[in-house]
Amino acid sequence: MSKVDLSIKIGPLELKNPVLLASGTVGYGNEIANFTDLSKIGGIVTKSLSLKPRLGNPPQRITETPSGMLNAIGLANVGVEEFIKTKIPFLKEVNSTLICNIAASSVEEYVECTKILTDEESIKAFEINVSCPNVKEGGLEFGNDLKAVGRITAETKKVTDKPIFIKLSPNVARISEFAKVVYSEGGDAVSAINTLVGTSFNIWTKRPKIKNITGGLSGPAIRPVALAKVLEISRNCPIPIIGIGGILTWQDAIEFMIVGATAFQIGTANFINPNSGLDILKGIEEFCIQTNITKISDLTASYQI
Amino acid sequence: MLIEKSKFISNTSITKNTYLIKVFSPSIAKTAKPGQFCNIKVSENSFPLLRRPFSICDVEGDYLYFMFDVHGEGTRLLRDKNEGEELDIIGPLGIGFDLIGDYDTAIFIAGGLGSAPFPFLSKNIPAMIEIHSFIGGRSKENVIEYKMKNVSAATDDGSYGFQGNVVELFINKLTAYNTKKIRVFACGPNPMLKALQNVCNEKNINCQLSVETVMACGFGICQGCPIEKYNGDGYFLVCKDGPVFNSLAVKI
Repeated sequence: MSKVDLSIKIGPLELKNPVLLASGTVGYGNEIANFTDLSKIGGIVTKSLSLKPRLGNPPQRITETPSGMLNAIGLANVGVEEFIKTKIPFLKEVNSTLICNIAASSVEEYVECTKILTDEESIKAFEINVSCPNVKEGGLEFGNDLKAVGRITAETKKVTDKPIFIKLSPNVARISEFAKVVYSEGGDAVSAINTLVGTSFNIWTKRPKIKNITGGLSGPAIRPVALAKVLEISRNCPIPIIGIGGILTWQDAIEFMIVGATAFQIGTANFINPNSGLDILKGIEEFCIQTNITKISDLTASYQI
Repeated sequence: MLIEKSKFISNTSITKNTYLIKVFSPSIAKTAKPGQFCNIKVSENSFPLLRRPFSICDVEGDYLYFMFDVHGEGTRLLRDKNEGEELDIIGPLGIGFDLIGDYDTAIFIAGGLGSAPFPFLSKNIPAMIEIHSFIGGRSKENVIEYKMKNVSAATDDGSYGFQGNVVELFINKLTAYNTKKIRVFACGPNPMLKALQNVCNEKNINCQLSVETVMACGFGICQGCPIEKYNGDGYFLVCKDGPVFNSLAVKI
Protein backbone atom coordinates (compact mmCIF):
# COMPACT_ATOMS: atom_id res chain seq x y z
CA MET A 1 0.00 0.00 0.00
CA SER A 2 1.33 3.35 -1.01
CA LYS A 3 1.94 5.82 1.77
CA VAL A 4 1.06 8.67 -0.52
CA ASP A 5 -2.48 9.41 -1.60
CA LEU A 6 -1.98 9.77 -5.32
CA SER A 7 -5.64 10.20 -6.20
CA ILE A 8 -6.85 13.48 -7.63
CA LYS A 9 -10.12 15.07 -8.65
CA ILE A 10 -10.62 17.01 -11.85
CA GLY A 11 -13.97 18.59 -11.26
CA PRO A 12 -16.27 15.62 -10.60
CA LEU A 13 -13.86 13.07 -12.09
CA GLU A 14 -11.80 11.06 -9.64
CA LEU A 15 -8.61 9.47 -10.90
CA LYS A 16 -6.30 7.09 -9.09
CA ASN A 17 -3.33 9.26 -9.98
CA PRO A 18 -2.56 12.43 -11.96
CA VAL A 19 -0.82 10.70 -14.87
CA LEU A 20 -2.71 10.87 -18.14
CA LEU A 21 -1.46 9.87 -21.57
CA ALA A 22 -2.07 12.65 -24.07
CA SER A 23 -4.29 12.51 -27.09
CA GLY A 24 -2.52 11.61 -30.31
CA THR A 25 0.35 9.91 -28.50
CA VAL A 26 -1.34 6.66 -27.51
CA GLY A 27 -3.62 5.93 -30.45
CA TYR A 28 -6.50 3.95 -28.97
CA GLY A 29 -4.31 2.19 -26.45
CA ASN A 30 -3.74 -1.12 -28.21
CA GLU A 31 -0.17 -0.55 -29.43
CA ILE A 32 1.15 1.07 -26.26
CA ALA A 33 -0.39 -1.69 -24.14
CA ASN A 34 2.48 -3.88 -25.36
CA PHE A 35 4.85 -1.75 -23.31
CA THR A 36 2.93 -0.40 -20.34
CA ASP A 37 0.16 -1.41 -17.95
CA LEU A 38 -2.66 0.95 -18.84
CA SER A 39 -4.70 -0.06 -15.79
CA LYS A 40 -2.13 1.63 -13.55
CA ILE A 41 -2.19 4.95 -15.40
CA GLY A 42 -4.58 7.65 -14.23
CA GLY A 43 -6.20 7.61 -17.62
CA ILE A 44 -5.65 7.73 -21.34
CA VAL A 45 -6.90 10.35 -23.73
CA THR A 46 -7.75 8.89 -27.12
CA LYS A 47 -6.56 10.17 -30.45
CA SER A 48 -8.98 12.91 -31.55
CA LEU A 49 -12.19 11.42 -32.87
CA SER A 50 -14.34 13.02 -35.51
CA LEU A 51 -17.82 12.02 -36.59
CA LYS A 52 -16.53 10.41 -39.79
CA PRO A 53 -13.13 8.76 -40.27
CA ARG A 54 -10.30 11.04 -41.41
CA LEU A 55 -7.36 9.82 -43.48
CA GLY A 56 -5.00 12.48 -42.18
CA ASN A 57 -2.43 14.52 -44.05
CA PRO A 58 -0.12 13.18 -46.77
CA PRO A 59 3.50 12.52 -45.85
CA GLN A 60 5.81 13.97 -44.64
CA ARG A 61 3.95 14.43 -41.38
CA ILE A 62 6.69 14.81 -38.81
CA THR A 63 10.19 16.14 -38.37
CA GLU A 64 12.51 16.34 -35.42
CA THR A 65 13.60 19.75 -34.13
CA PRO A 66 15.90 20.75 -31.26
CA SER A 67 14.50 18.96 -28.20
CA GLY A 68 11.17 18.61 -29.92
CA MET A 69 9.26 17.50 -32.94
CA LEU A 70 6.83 19.04 -35.39
CA ASN A 71 3.81 17.07 -36.44
CA ALA A 72 0.99 17.63 -38.86
CA ILE A 73 -0.88 14.33 -38.71
CA GLY A 74 -4.16 15.97 -39.68
CA LEU A 75 -6.38 14.20 -37.15
CA ALA A 76 -6.18 10.81 -38.83
CA ASN A 77 -8.76 8.72 -36.97
CA VAL A 78 -11.22 5.88 -37.36
CA GLY A 79 -14.34 7.94 -36.67
CA VAL A 80 -16.83 7.62 -33.84
CA GLU A 81 -18.68 4.54 -35.12
CA GLU A 82 -15.60 2.38 -35.65
CA PHE A 83 -14.19 3.58 -32.33
CA ILE A 84 -17.23 2.32 -30.47
CA LYS A 85 -17.28 -0.95 -32.38
CA THR A 86 -13.62 -1.97 -32.34
CA LYS A 87 -11.60 0.22 -29.98
CA ILE A 88 -13.72 0.55 -26.85
CA PRO A 89 -13.87 -3.23 -26.21
CA PHE A 90 -10.07 -3.38 -26.02
CA LEU A 91 -9.84 -0.36 -23.74
CA LYS A 92 -12.40 -1.97 -21.43
CA GLU A 93 -10.43 -5.18 -21.40
CA VAL A 94 -7.21 -3.48 -20.28
CA ASN A 95 -9.19 -1.68 -17.57
CA SER A 96 -8.02 1.77 -18.51
CA THR A 97 -9.76 4.98 -17.52
CA LEU A 98 -10.86 6.49 -20.75
CA ILE A 99 -11.10 10.14 -21.69
CA CYS A 100 -12.34 10.66 -25.19
CA ASN A 101 -10.86 13.48 -27.24
CA ILE A 102 -13.14 14.99 -29.86
CA ALA A 103 -12.19 17.12 -32.84
CA ALA A 104 -14.67 18.61 -35.26
CA SER A 105 -15.11 21.19 -37.95
CA SER A 106 -18.34 22.68 -36.65
CA VAL A 107 -20.04 23.24 -33.32
CA GLU A 108 -22.75 20.82 -34.46
CA GLU A 109 -20.20 18.09 -35.09
CA TYR A 110 -18.69 18.52 -31.60
CA VAL A 111 -22.15 18.19 -30.14
CA GLU A 112 -23.09 15.20 -32.30
CA CYS A 113 -19.91 13.29 -31.38
CA THR A 114 -20.37 13.99 -27.69
CA LYS A 115 -23.99 12.93 -27.86
CA ILE A 116 -23.17 9.60 -29.51
CA LEU A 117 -20.22 8.81 -27.23
CA THR A 118 -21.80 9.81 -23.94
CA ASP A 119 -23.80 6.57 -23.86
CA GLU A 120 -20.58 4.58 -23.69
CA GLU A 121 -20.19 3.67 -20.07
CA SER A 122 -16.43 3.27 -20.24
CA ILE A 123 -15.88 6.87 -21.29
CA LYS A 124 -15.37 8.87 -18.12
CA ALA A 125 -14.88 12.34 -19.57
CA PHE A 126 -14.48 14.27 -22.80
CA GLU A 127 -11.60 16.40 -23.89
CA ILE A 128 -12.66 18.79 -26.61
CA ASN A 129 -9.89 19.68 -29.01
CA VAL A 130 -10.45 23.25 -30.12
CA SER A 131 -6.81 23.79 -30.89
CA CYS A 132 -5.48 21.43 -33.55
CA PRO A 133 -3.16 23.55 -35.67
CA ASN A 134 -3.04 21.10 -38.56
CA VAL A 135 -6.45 20.95 -40.18
CA LYS A 136 -8.02 23.45 -42.53
CA GLU A 137 -11.45 23.61 -40.94
CA GLY A 138 -12.08 23.79 -37.24
CA GLY A 139 -9.11 23.37 -35.00
CA LEU A 140 -7.37 26.64 -34.36
CA GLU A 141 -10.15 28.54 -36.07
CA PHE A 142 -12.15 27.78 -32.92
CA GLY A 143 -9.25 27.85 -30.52
CA ASN A 144 -8.54 31.48 -31.36
CA ASP A 145 -12.11 32.63 -30.91
CA LEU A 146 -13.36 33.26 -27.37
CA LYS A 147 -17.00 33.14 -28.42
CA ALA A 148 -16.60 29.86 -30.29
CA VAL A 149 -14.80 28.23 -27.35
CA GLY A 150 -17.57 29.40 -25.04
CA ARG A 151 -20.26 28.07 -27.34
CA ILE A 152 -18.60 24.69 -27.81
CA THR A 153 -18.25 24.35 -24.03
CA ALA A 154 -21.87 25.25 -23.38
CA GLU A 155 -23.31 23.13 -26.21
CA THR A 156 -21.33 19.99 -25.41
CA LYS A 157 -22.19 20.33 -21.71
CA LYS A 158 -25.85 20.25 -22.66
CA VAL A 159 -25.65 16.78 -24.20
CA THR A 160 -23.62 14.95 -21.58
CA ASP A 161 -23.49 14.53 -17.80
CA LYS A 162 -19.83 13.60 -18.05
CA PRO A 163 -17.06 16.12 -17.40
CA ILE A 164 -15.99 18.31 -20.31
CA PHE A 165 -12.36 19.40 -20.59
CA ILE A 166 -11.41 21.94 -23.21
CA LYS A 167 -7.94 21.57 -24.72
CA LEU A 168 -6.61 25.06 -25.22
CA SER A 169 -4.25 26.48 -27.77
CA PRO A 170 -1.09 28.29 -26.70
CA ASN A 171 -1.23 30.22 -29.97
CA VAL A 172 -3.22 33.05 -28.40
CA ALA A 173 -2.29 36.27 -26.59
CA ARG A 174 -4.03 35.59 -23.25
CA ILE A 175 -4.78 31.94 -22.61
CA SER A 176 -6.40 32.75 -19.25
CA GLU A 177 -9.21 34.57 -21.08
CA PHE A 178 -10.06 31.28 -22.78
CA ALA A 179 -9.95 29.42 -19.48
CA LYS A 180 -12.34 31.98 -17.99
CA VAL A 181 -14.81 31.45 -20.82
CA VAL A 182 -14.66 27.69 -20.37
CA TYR A 183 -15.19 28.14 -16.65
CA SER A 184 -18.13 30.48 -17.02
CA GLU A 185 -19.81 28.19 -19.55
CA GLY A 186 -19.63 25.25 -17.17
CA GLY A 187 -16.54 23.44 -18.46
CA ASP A 188 -14.99 21.16 -15.85
CA ALA A 189 -11.31 21.69 -16.69
CA VAL A 190 -8.92 22.96 -19.30
CA SER A 191 -6.07 20.99 -20.81
CA ALA A 192 -3.11 23.25 -21.49
CA ILE A 193 -1.38 23.32 -23.81
CA ASN A 194 -1.84 21.93 -27.29
CA THR A 195 1.14 22.24 -29.65
CA LEU A 196 2.70 25.49 -30.80
CA VAL A 197 2.63 26.31 -34.49
CA GLY A 198 6.08 25.90 -36.02
CA THR A 199 7.87 25.04 -39.22
CA SER A 200 11.21 23.81 -40.50
CA PHE A 201 12.77 24.10 -43.96
CA ASN A 202 15.35 22.10 -45.82
CA ILE A 203 18.08 24.61 -46.69
CA TRP A 204 19.16 22.76 -49.85
CA THR A 205 15.76 22.34 -51.46
CA LYS A 206 14.25 25.44 -49.79
CA ARG A 207 11.14 23.38 -49.19
CA PRO A 208 9.27 22.83 -45.93
CA LYS A 209 10.15 19.53 -44.28
CA ILE A 210 6.47 18.94 -43.52
CA LYS A 211 4.02 18.67 -46.38
CA ASN A 212 1.48 20.78 -44.47
CA ILE A 213 4.19 23.51 -44.29
CA THR A 214 3.52 24.16 -40.61
CA GLY A 215 3.08 21.68 -37.82
CA GLY A 216 2.55 21.54 -34.10
CA LEU A 217 5.68 21.71 -31.98
CA SER A 218 5.83 19.37 -29.00
CA GLY A 219 8.45 17.92 -26.69
CA PRO A 220 10.72 19.45 -24.05
CA ALA A 221 11.30 22.46 -26.31
CA ILE A 222 7.85 23.79 -25.41
CA ARG A 223 7.89 23.00 -21.69
CA PRO A 224 8.74 26.52 -20.43
CA VAL A 225 5.97 27.97 -22.58
CA ALA A 226 3.49 25.41 -21.30
CA LEU A 227 4.48 26.07 -17.69
CA ALA A 228 3.97 29.80 -18.18
CA LYS A 229 0.53 29.23 -19.69
CA VAL A 230 -0.52 26.91 -16.87
CA LEU A 231 0.67 29.44 -14.32
CA GLU A 232 -1.19 32.24 -16.08
CA ILE A 233 -4.42 30.26 -15.98
CA SER A 234 -3.85 29.22 -12.40
CA ARG A 235 -3.39 32.81 -11.23
CA ASN A 236 -6.41 34.13 -13.10
CA CYS A 237 -9.09 31.46 -13.08
CA PRO A 238 -10.27 28.85 -10.57
CA ILE A 239 -10.84 26.11 -13.18
CA PRO A 240 -8.86 22.85 -12.75
CA ILE A 241 -5.94 22.56 -15.17
CA ILE A 242 -4.51 19.49 -16.84
CA GLY A 243 -0.91 20.42 -17.65
CA ILE A 244 0.65 19.30 -20.93
CA GLY A 245 3.85 20.22 -22.69
CA GLY A 246 7.12 18.37 -22.99
CA ILE A 247 7.00 16.28 -19.84
CA LEU A 248 9.75 13.66 -20.06
CA THR A 249 10.59 13.04 -16.41
CA TRP A 250 8.91 13.04 -13.00
CA GLN A 251 10.64 16.32 -12.20
CA ASP A 252 8.88 17.91 -15.19
CA ALA A 253 5.54 16.57 -13.99
CA ILE A 254 6.05 17.94 -10.46
CA GLU A 255 6.88 21.33 -11.95
CA PHE A 256 3.54 21.37 -13.79
CA MET A 257 1.66 20.55 -10.60
CA ILE A 258 3.46 23.26 -8.67
CA VAL A 259 2.50 25.94 -11.20
CA GLY A 260 -1.13 24.93 -11.06
CA ALA A 261 -1.89 21.60 -12.72
CA THR A 262 -4.23 19.15 -10.99
CA ALA A 263 -3.19 16.40 -13.37
CA PHE A 264 -0.82 16.23 -16.32
CA GLN A 265 -0.49 14.48 -19.63
CA ILE A 266 2.49 12.70 -21.10
CA GLY A 267 2.69 13.18 -24.86
CA THR A 268 5.79 13.05 -27.02
CA ALA A 269 7.60 11.08 -24.29
CA ASN A 270 5.42 8.08 -25.15
CA PHE A 271 7.09 7.90 -28.55
CA ILE A 272 10.49 7.58 -26.93
CA ASN A 273 9.65 5.58 -23.84
CA PRO A 274 6.19 4.02 -24.07
CA ASN A 275 6.42 3.17 -20.37
CA SER A 276 7.24 6.73 -19.33
CA GLY A 277 3.86 7.27 -17.68
CA LEU A 278 4.56 4.60 -15.08
CA ASP A 279 8.20 5.65 -14.70
CA ILE A 280 7.00 9.18 -13.95
CA LEU A 281 4.36 7.91 -11.53
CA LYS A 282 7.03 6.06 -9.58
CA GLY A 283 9.21 9.18 -9.52
CA ILE A 284 6.50 11.48 -8.20
CA GLU A 285 5.54 9.01 -5.51
CA GLU A 286 9.14 8.84 -4.31
CA PHE A 287 9.32 12.65 -4.40
CA CYS A 288 6.23 12.85 -2.19
CA ILE A 289 7.67 10.40 0.31
CA GLN A 290 10.96 12.25 0.35
CA THR A 291 9.30 15.64 0.91
CA ASN A 292 6.63 14.41 3.33
CA ILE A 293 3.70 15.04 1.03
CA THR A 294 0.86 12.70 1.97
CA LYS A 295 -1.60 13.85 -0.66
CA ILE A 296 -0.34 14.52 -4.18
CA SER A 297 -3.13 17.03 -4.70
CA ASP A 298 -1.44 19.29 -2.12
CA LEU A 299 1.18 19.97 -4.77
CA THR A 300 -1.27 21.66 -7.11
CA ALA A 301 -0.64 25.40 -7.32
CA SER A 302 1.78 25.22 -4.41
CA TYR A 303 4.03 27.80 -6.02
CA GLN A 304 5.68 30.42 -3.88
CA ILE A 305 5.94 33.67 -5.76
CA MET B 1 8.01 -6.18 -29.57
CA LEU B 2 9.70 -5.05 -26.37
CA ILE B 3 12.14 -2.58 -24.89
CA GLU B 4 15.52 -4.11 -24.25
CA LYS B 5 18.54 -2.46 -22.65
CA SER B 6 21.21 -3.93 -24.86
CA LYS B 7 24.92 -3.99 -24.37
CA PHE B 8 26.99 -2.45 -27.14
CA ILE B 9 29.61 -4.97 -28.21
CA SER B 10 31.51 -3.66 -31.20
CA ASN B 11 31.59 -1.38 -34.18
CA THR B 12 33.20 -2.28 -37.49
CA SER B 13 33.74 -0.04 -40.47
CA ILE B 14 32.36 -1.66 -43.65
CA THR B 15 33.14 1.10 -46.13
CA LYS B 16 34.34 4.67 -45.74
CA ASN B 17 31.15 5.94 -44.09
CA THR B 18 29.24 2.74 -43.34
CA TYR B 19 29.39 0.99 -40.00
CA LEU B 20 28.20 -2.30 -38.59
CA ILE B 21 27.45 -2.47 -34.89
CA LYS B 22 26.90 -5.55 -32.80
CA VAL B 23 24.74 -5.49 -29.67
CA PHE B 24 23.79 -8.09 -27.09
CA SER B 25 20.02 -8.20 -27.26
CA PRO B 26 18.83 -11.76 -26.63
CA SER B 27 15.10 -11.13 -26.28
CA ILE B 28 14.80 -9.17 -29.49
CA ALA B 29 17.15 -11.57 -31.30
CA LYS B 30 14.93 -14.48 -30.36
CA THR B 31 11.86 -13.23 -32.22
CA ALA B 32 13.34 -11.03 -34.98
CA LYS B 33 12.38 -11.77 -38.57
CA PRO B 34 14.16 -10.60 -41.72
CA GLY B 35 13.07 -7.17 -42.87
CA GLN B 36 11.96 -6.04 -39.41
CA PHE B 37 13.60 -3.09 -37.70
CA CYS B 38 14.46 -1.71 -34.30
CA ASN B 39 14.04 1.81 -32.94
CA ILE B 40 17.16 2.81 -31.05
CA LYS B 41 17.65 5.59 -28.51
CA VAL B 42 21.11 6.84 -29.40
CA SER B 43 21.53 9.23 -26.49
CA GLU B 44 20.55 9.26 -22.83
CA ASN B 45 19.34 12.86 -22.88
CA SER B 46 16.81 14.67 -25.03
CA PHE B 47 19.18 15.43 -27.88
CA PRO B 48 18.46 13.92 -30.26
CA LEU B 49 14.99 13.52 -28.83
CA LEU B 50 13.60 10.71 -30.93
CA ARG B 51 14.76 7.18 -31.48
CA ARG B 52 16.35 6.22 -34.77
CA PRO B 53 14.96 3.31 -36.81
CA PHE B 54 17.43 0.75 -38.19
CA SER B 55 16.88 -2.39 -40.22
CA ILE B 56 17.94 -5.57 -38.51
CA CYS B 57 21.01 -6.41 -40.55
CA ASP B 58 21.80 -9.76 -39.04
CA VAL B 59 21.10 -11.96 -36.05
CA GLU B 60 23.65 -14.37 -34.59
CA GLY B 61 22.43 -16.16 -31.48
CA ASP B 62 21.83 -13.49 -28.84
CA TYR B 63 23.37 -10.73 -30.93
CA LEU B 64 21.86 -8.20 -33.29
CA TYR B 65 23.69 -6.32 -36.02
CA PHE B 66 22.76 -2.94 -37.44
CA MET B 67 24.32 -1.26 -40.46
CA PHE B 68 24.21 2.49 -40.94
CA ASP B 69 25.78 5.47 -42.66
CA VAL B 70 26.86 8.42 -40.57
CA HIS B 71 24.88 11.38 -41.84
CA GLY B 72 23.65 13.22 -38.77
CA GLU B 73 24.01 13.69 -35.06
CA GLY B 74 22.15 10.48 -34.21
CA THR B 75 24.27 8.18 -36.32
CA ARG B 76 27.45 9.96 -35.23
CA LEU B 77 26.56 9.23 -31.59
CA LEU B 78 25.86 5.62 -32.46
CA ARG B 79 29.19 5.26 -34.24
CA ASP B 80 31.02 6.62 -31.20
CA LYS B 81 29.54 4.22 -28.65
CA ASN B 82 32.00 2.19 -26.64
CA GLU B 83 31.99 -1.47 -25.76
CA GLY B 84 29.86 -2.15 -22.71
CA GLU B 85 27.65 0.94 -23.07
CA GLU B 86 23.93 0.36 -22.87
CA LEU B 87 21.64 1.00 -25.80
CA ASP B 88 17.90 1.28 -25.29
CA ILE B 89 16.31 -0.65 -28.15
CA ILE B 90 12.67 -1.26 -29.06
CA GLY B 91 12.11 -4.17 -31.36
CA PRO B 92 11.60 -6.21 -33.34
CA LEU B 93 9.19 -3.89 -35.14
CA GLY B 94 7.07 -4.00 -38.25
CA ILE B 95 6.34 -6.63 -40.84
CA GLY B 96 9.32 -8.04 -42.67
CA PHE B 97 9.80 -9.86 -45.96
CA ASP B 98 7.28 -12.44 -47.09
CA LEU B 99 9.32 -15.55 -47.79
CA ILE B 100 6.48 -17.95 -48.35
CA GLY B 101 5.48 -18.80 -51.89
CA ASP B 102 6.42 -20.57 -55.06
CA TYR B 103 9.82 -19.35 -56.28
CA ASP B 104 13.18 -20.98 -56.99
CA THR B 105 15.32 -17.84 -57.25
CA ALA B 106 15.47 -14.95 -54.82
CA ILE B 107 16.69 -11.71 -56.35
CA PHE B 108 18.07 -9.20 -53.88
CA ILE B 109 18.21 -5.62 -55.11
CA ALA B 110 19.95 -3.08 -52.92
CA GLY B 111 20.86 0.56 -53.38
CA GLY B 112 23.47 2.10 -51.10
CA LEU B 113 22.67 1.32 -47.49
CA GLY B 114 19.76 -0.76 -48.79
CA SER B 115 22.07 -3.75 -48.38
CA ALA B 116 21.35 -3.63 -44.65
CA PRO B 117 18.53 -6.20 -44.28
CA PHE B 118 19.96 -8.83 -46.65
CA PRO B 119 22.48 -10.71 -44.48
CA PHE B 120 19.65 -11.77 -42.17
CA LEU B 121 17.29 -12.43 -45.06
CA SER B 122 19.88 -14.67 -46.80
CA LYS B 123 19.96 -16.94 -43.77
CA ASN B 124 16.23 -17.39 -43.83
CA ILE B 125 15.76 -18.12 -47.50
CA PRO B 126 15.32 -21.92 -47.84
CA ALA B 127 18.53 -23.65 -48.92
CA MET B 128 17.22 -24.93 -52.26
CA ILE B 129 16.45 -21.39 -53.42
CA GLU B 130 19.22 -19.64 -55.32
CA ILE B 131 20.10 -16.10 -54.33
CA HIS B 132 21.30 -13.50 -56.83
CA SER B 133 22.22 -10.02 -55.61
CA PHE B 134 22.17 -6.78 -57.56
CA ILE B 135 23.82 -3.97 -55.65
CA GLY B 136 24.01 -0.35 -56.66
CA GLY B 137 25.85 2.70 -55.41
CA ARG B 138 26.98 6.12 -56.58
CA SER B 139 30.57 4.91 -56.71
CA LYS B 140 32.56 1.78 -55.84
CA GLU B 141 32.86 2.83 -52.21
CA ASN B 142 29.06 2.99 -51.87
CA VAL B 143 28.51 -0.58 -53.04
CA ILE B 144 27.96 -2.60 -49.89
CA GLU B 145 28.56 -6.29 -50.53
CA TYR B 146 28.64 -7.39 -46.91
CA LYS B 147 27.50 -11.03 -46.75
CA MET B 148 25.80 -10.79 -50.14
CA LYS B 149 25.81 -13.77 -52.51
CA ASN B 150 26.31 -13.90 -56.31
CA VAL B 151 26.79 -10.17 -56.62
CA SER B 152 26.32 -8.07 -59.76
CA ALA B 153 27.24 -4.44 -59.09
CA ALA B 154 26.19 -1.18 -60.67
CA THR B 155 27.67 2.27 -60.07
CA ASP B 156 26.52 5.66 -61.31
CA ASP B 157 30.08 6.63 -62.22
CA GLY B 158 31.07 3.25 -63.64
CA SER B 159 33.88 2.82 -61.12
CA TYR B 160 32.69 -0.69 -60.35
CA GLY B 161 30.56 -3.11 -62.38
CA PHE B 162 27.84 -1.86 -64.68
CA GLN B 163 27.68 1.87 -65.30
CA GLY B 164 24.16 3.00 -64.52
CA ASN B 165 21.60 2.27 -61.88
CA VAL B 166 20.93 -1.09 -60.35
CA VAL B 167 17.39 -1.36 -61.70
CA GLU B 168 18.70 -0.92 -65.27
CA LEU B 169 21.21 -3.66 -64.55
CA PHE B 170 18.44 -5.93 -63.30
CA ILE B 171 16.34 -5.22 -66.40
CA ASN B 172 19.33 -6.07 -68.62
CA LYS B 173 19.70 -9.41 -66.89
CA LEU B 174 16.02 -10.26 -66.73
CA THR B 175 16.00 -12.57 -69.75
CA ALA B 176 18.46 -14.85 -67.93
CA TYR B 177 15.63 -15.64 -65.52
CA ASN B 178 13.06 -16.56 -68.17
CA THR B 179 13.02 -20.17 -67.09
CA LYS B 180 13.11 -19.39 -63.37
CA LYS B 181 10.43 -18.55 -60.88
CA ILE B 182 11.78 -15.42 -59.29
CA ARG B 183 10.85 -13.29 -56.31
CA VAL B 184 12.41 -9.87 -55.85
CA PHE B 185 13.39 -8.48 -52.45
CA ALA B 186 14.50 -4.86 -52.54
CA CYS B 187 15.70 -2.11 -50.25
CA GLY B 188 17.09 1.28 -51.15
CA PRO B 189 16.23 4.88 -51.95
CA ASN B 190 12.68 5.63 -53.06
CA PRO B 191 13.49 6.48 -56.72
CA MET B 192 15.14 3.06 -57.05
CA LEU B 193 12.20 1.31 -55.43
CA LYS B 194 9.76 3.16 -57.63
CA ALA B 195 11.60 2.21 -60.83
CA LEU B 196 11.77 -1.39 -59.68
CA GLN B 197 8.11 -1.41 -58.70
CA ASN B 198 7.16 -0.28 -62.23
CA VAL B 199 9.17 -3.09 -63.82
CA CYS B 200 7.94 -5.81 -61.47
CA ASN B 201 4.30 -4.80 -61.55
CA GLU B 202 4.38 -4.64 -65.34
CA LYS B 203 5.99 -8.06 -65.66
CA ASN B 204 3.98 -9.69 -62.86
CA ILE B 205 7.03 -10.37 -60.74
CA ASN B 206 6.36 -10.81 -57.04
CA CYS B 207 8.32 -7.96 -55.49
CA GLN B 208 8.83 -7.11 -51.83
CA LEU B 209 9.91 -3.54 -51.18
CA SER B 210 11.45 -2.38 -47.93
CA VAL B 211 10.77 1.35 -47.75
CA GLU B 212 12.37 3.99 -45.61
CA THR B 213 10.72 7.01 -44.06
CA VAL B 214 10.90 9.46 -41.20
CA MET B 215 9.50 7.90 -38.06
CA ALA B 216 8.95 8.79 -34.43
CA CYS B 217 7.57 5.98 -32.28
CA GLY B 218 8.07 3.02 -34.61
CA PHE B 219 5.04 1.06 -33.42
CA GLY B 220 1.94 2.84 -34.65
CA ILE B 221 0.96 5.43 -32.07
CA CYS B 222 2.30 8.64 -33.56
CA GLN B 223 0.90 8.13 -37.08
CA GLY B 224 3.92 9.97 -38.40
CA CYS B 225 5.01 7.55 -41.14
CA PRO B 226 2.17 7.16 -43.64
CA ILE B 227 2.63 5.71 -47.12
CA GLU B 228 -0.13 5.96 -49.67
CA LYS B 229 -1.99 2.80 -50.56
CA TYR B 230 -1.68 1.71 -54.18
CA ASN B 231 -5.41 2.07 -54.73
CA GLY B 232 -5.31 5.62 -53.35
CA ASP B 233 -7.65 4.73 -50.50
CA GLY B 234 -5.73 6.27 -47.63
CA TYR B 235 -2.48 5.29 -45.99
CA PHE B 236 -0.59 2.44 -44.45
CA LEU B 237 1.84 3.15 -41.64
CA VAL B 238 5.38 2.19 -42.62
CA CYS B 239 6.28 1.21 -39.04
CA LYS B 240 3.37 -1.10 -38.42
CA ASP B 241 2.05 -2.25 -41.79
CA GLY B 242 5.57 -2.27 -43.30
CA PRO B 243 8.42 -1.47 -43.64
CA VAL B 244 8.20 -4.22 -46.26
CA PHE B 245 5.30 -3.98 -48.70
CA ASN B 246 4.34 -5.93 -51.77
CA SER B 247 4.94 -3.73 -54.80
CA LEU B 248 1.22 -3.92 -55.55
CA ALA B 249 0.26 -2.47 -52.18
CA VAL B 250 1.77 1.01 -52.03
CA LYS B 251 2.48 4.13 -54.04
CA ILE B 252 6.07 5.21 -53.78
